[in-house]
Amino acid sequence: MTPMHYYRCFAGIVWREALRFVHQRERFLSALVRPLVWLFIFAAGFRSVLGVSIIPPYETYITYEVYIAPGLMGMIQLFNGMQSSLSMVYDREMGSMRTLLVSPLPRWFLLTCKLLAGVAVSIIQVYAFLFVAWFWDIQPPLEGLLYALPALALSGMMLGALGMFLSSAIKQLENFAGIMNFVIFPMFFASSALYPLWKMKESSTLLYDICWYNPFTHAVELIRFALYGQINWVSAAYVGGTTIVFLSLAIYGYDPGRGLISRKGGK
Amino acid sequence: MNAQPAIQETVDAALDVEGLTHSFGEKKALDDVALTIRPGDFTVLLGLNGAGKTTLYSLITRLYNNRSGAIRILGFDVRRQSPQALSKIGVVFQQPTLDLDLTVEQNLHYHAALHGISRSDAQKRLETELDRIGLSERLHDKVRELSGGQRRRVEIARSLLHHPKLLLLDEPTVGLDIGSRQGILDHVRKLCREDKLAVLWATHLIDEIDEGEQVVILDQGRVLARGDVAEVNKQAGTKTIREAFNKLVGDKAETGT
Repeated sequence: MTPMHYYRCFAGIVWREALRFVHQRERFLSALVRPLVWLFIFAAGFRSVLGVSIIPPYETYITYEVYIAPGLMGMIQLFNGMQSSLSMVYDREMGSMRTLLVSPLPRWFLLTCKLLAGVAVSIIQVYAFLFVAWFWDIQPPLEGLLYALPALALSGMMLGALGMFLSSAIKQLENFAGIMNFVIFPMFFASSALYPLWKMKESSTLLYDICWYNPFTHAVELIRFALYGQINWVSAAYVGGTTIVFLSLAIYGYDPGRGLISRKGGK
Repeated sequence: MNAQPAIQETVDAALDVEGLTHSFGEKKALDDVALTIRPGDFTVLLGLNGAGKTTLYSLITRLYNNRSGAIRILGFDVRRQSPQALSKIGVVFQQPTLDLDLTVEQNLHYHAALHGISRSDAQKRLETELDRIGLSERLHDKVRELSGGQRRRVEIARSLLHHPKLLLLDEPTVGLDIGSRQGILDHVRKLCREDKLAVLWATHLIDEIDEGEQVVILDQGRVLARGDVAEVNKQAGTKTIREAFNKLVGDKAETGT
């Protein structure tokens, strides 16, 4: 097993993910349309209801659309992470996950490659969204678009790793709808994606605490600050730490000796 | 099948399984399973649905670990030396595993990359393998456009790209018409003869066994008989392998054939 073997394997997995992405136009379209619907309709409706005061990283008053843009970028990655795990559950049922797992390189490496490939796809989707949003007056500083890249890579890793862990724990496709409801919606709504956390604090301190500990909040804040050229160190550390936890759980879940996969009979 | 000394046999074995027991919770899926496949052997693993065939395949391919007993591929322990062991195996799973939206060529390149084969080398190999199964002209077609039998043949070609010594097939003819079934059987038998490939072919169809071939009869996780067809008949005291199977496995077999 030479380094070259590792490299070819990594390139092969990313290449396949990219090909699948290109071939699944509906998936790309829905990934693009979903946040745009939120931006065009939801944000327009709530614009007058929710006043957003000046909070970091913003230096002036901003419109509600500008506020929720990073949240929607996070949403794209959240859905993509869950969708790639959906495809893993599907893949496993259809068997192509097994083709991956019986190849000779260590399993943690194969899973990490798969994860990175998914992150790359999610980042393409986010930039496509930003491109359209630009014409809707969501115009962060140009260098912010560049600074957002490492933030998106990290948040994508975290959400992808979460999806991967869930896929190792889910037995059948039907259970996945439940996970969508119990993971995606609570994570999205109990976060700073749609409203600043100080507003939440006015309603309930308990909810505020829940939101604060929600890793998705920190993914969104990390992206939000990066988009304006700043680093939110607390969020970066929180997202980094959570990524390690989720990825370890995913690797454990797929471990041939101890993981969940052996308890389920691999189907 | 010439008789070899027992020690020689285990060293030379493409696949050597001994004392393999595996449970899911309370249920024993495999119970003290042992079998040996030498290079060039076409071995049929015969059992009804639920006999433990897929569990055995999952353990040999290390989808999950065996907790007791040993599985060796060309002497490499699947658990302790899994990269070496896994690189010697080609697998065709029961479920189709090709990407329908990708072309035949793209599917094969993906597999080659997983095994660390360079792109130019992979191109040569996949052209050779596709030529052998008579699908060269379908190289650039999407898998979706292929028939069930053609997809199976592509999966076999794919499983051979990294030049394995042991080929595992789990009910590869399920859902295929008689013509494609026979075509695939003939192709795999030829691989056995010409490439000295060791083959483990799982099925519940008794008529997929030819005279002189190796048979392992598996039922409820236990090996009831193994050896070539004549030996199994001798053990069971029957004339045909069908009778032997019915006698050993019992009435349940009637519905499974």
